[in-house]
Amino acid sequence: MFRRFFFYCLILNFAAFTNVNSAESGGMPQLNPEYWISQIFWLTLSFGFLFVILSKFILPKISNNLELRKSQILDNIETAEKQKKESENKIKEYETLILNSKNEARNYFNDARKKIQQDINKKKEKLENEIDEEINKTEKEIIDLKNKAPEKINKIAMEASSDLIKKLIGEEINNSSISAIVEDLAKKNKDKYYGN
Amino acid sequence: MATNPMHQFNVYRIGPEIKIDQIDISFTNASLFMIFSCISILLIFNLGSSKRNVIPNKIQLLAELSYTFISKMISDTAGSKGKPYFGFVFSLFMFVLFCNMLGMLPYAFTVTSHIIVTFVLAAFIFIGVTVIGFTKHGFGYLKLFIPSGVPIVLLPLIVVIEIISYLSRPISLSVRLFANMMAGHTMMKVFGGFVISLGIVGGWLPLSFSVALTGLEILVAFLQAYVFAILTCIYLNDALNLHH
Repeated sequence: MFRRFFFYCLILNFAAFTNVNSAESGGMPQLNPEYWISQIFWLTLSFGFLFVILSKFILPKISNNLELRKSQILDNIETAEKQKKESENKIKEYETLILNSKNEARNYFNDARKKIQQDINKKKEKLENEIDEEINKTEKEIIDLKNKAPEKINKIAMEASSDLIKKLIGEEINNSSISAIVEDLAKKNKDKYYGN
Repeated sequence: MATNPMHQFNVYRIGPEIKIDQIDISFTNASLFMIFSCISILLIFNLGSSKRNVIPNKIQLLAELSYTFISKMISDTAGSKGKPYFGFVFSLFMFVLFCNMLGMLPYAFTVTSHIIVTFVLAAFIFIGVTVIGFTKHGFGYLKLFIPSGVPIVLLPLIVVIEIISYLSRPISLSVRLFANMMAGHTMMKVFGGFVISLGIVGGWLPLSFSVALTGLEILVAFLQAYVFAILTCIYLNDALNLHH
C-alpha cells in the first residue's frame, strides 16, 4: 500500500522532472547505453577477480578453520571421555584399596583381640591353678593341724595336770595313769572341744 | 539539478577515457564502487580467515557465520551436488550485498541499481545454469518443461508457459534487484527533497519517513542479495537434480 503510494509519488516526480530536465538526462540514467560496455567490462573484471580470490584463497582457509575447529572439538570430547573413564577406574581402584585396607585393619584388630584373649585366659588359668594349689596346701595344712591338735592338747593337758597334781599334792604320779585319764576325757568330750 | 531524484544514478567517467576499438571502457563511478565492494569483501574475509582461533574473534565469527549461512543455503536448496558452485554463489551473494550496502552510504553510487549490471549477472547465471543442465542431463534437461502429473490435454499450454517462465528467469531476476534498489534510493531522495522544500516547519514528517526508509532500505539491501543468491541456488537445483 504505502510502497505503491510512494511509487505514484515517484512517477509524478519523474513527470515533473523530465519536463524540467528533459534536455539534460531524458529520464532514467540506467537506460542510457553510453557506459553499458564499460560497466559490463568492469563488472566482469571485478567480479571475476573477487570470485577467483575468494574461491582460491579465502574460502578454503575458512573451511579449513571450520574443519579444524570441528576436529579439535571432537578430539577434546574424546580426551575428556578418556579422562572420565580413567578417573572412574581410579575411583574404583581407590574404593577397592580402601575396602582391602579396612578388611586388613579388621583382621589385625581381630587377631590382636584373640591374642589378648588368649593371654588373658592363659594368665587366668595359671593364676587359678596357683590359687588352687595354695588352697590345697593350706587345706592340707589345716587338716594336718586339725589332726595333730588333739594329740598336742592331750600332751599339754597331761603335762598341765601332772604339774597341777605335783603342786597340789606334792607327789609324783605315774604319767601313764594321767594320760589314760586325759585320753578318756578327750574321747568323751571330743565333740565338745573340736566340734566345729 | 541536485534535487532530481534520478541524478544519483548518473554514471560519469573518472580519469582518462579508455577506448579499445571504438568501445568505451572508461573507469566510471560505477567501476569505482564495484572495486570498493570487492576490496572490502576481500579485506573482511581475509582478516576473518587469517587467524585460526578455536574461539573466533568478531571478524572471524562474521566470516565463518557467512560461510555457514551460504553453505547451508546451497545444501538446503540444491543438495550435496551444489557444493562445487559454493564459491560462485558465495561471491555472488557477497558482491550483491556489498554493492547494495555501500549504496546506502551518503553520496555513494549503487552499482546494483543499474539494469545492465544486474542483467549481466542474471544472464550469466541463466546461461551457466542452462549449460550445466544440458551437460548433466543431455536433451533430458528438456523434461524440465514437462511437469509431472499434468493431463495430456493441458500439456501443450503448460509447456509453452514453462518455456516462457524459464526464458524470463534472467529478466525477472535482474529486474527484481534493479527495481528494488532504484525505487528505494529514489524514494529516499524524494523524501530528502521534501525535507528541504517543506523546511523547518513541515520537514519533520518526511524526515522521520526518511529515517524509517533508511532502515527499510538496509533490510531490502540484505533481502535482495539473499533472494538473488537463493534464486541462483534454486535454478542450480533445477539443473543439477531434474525432478520432473
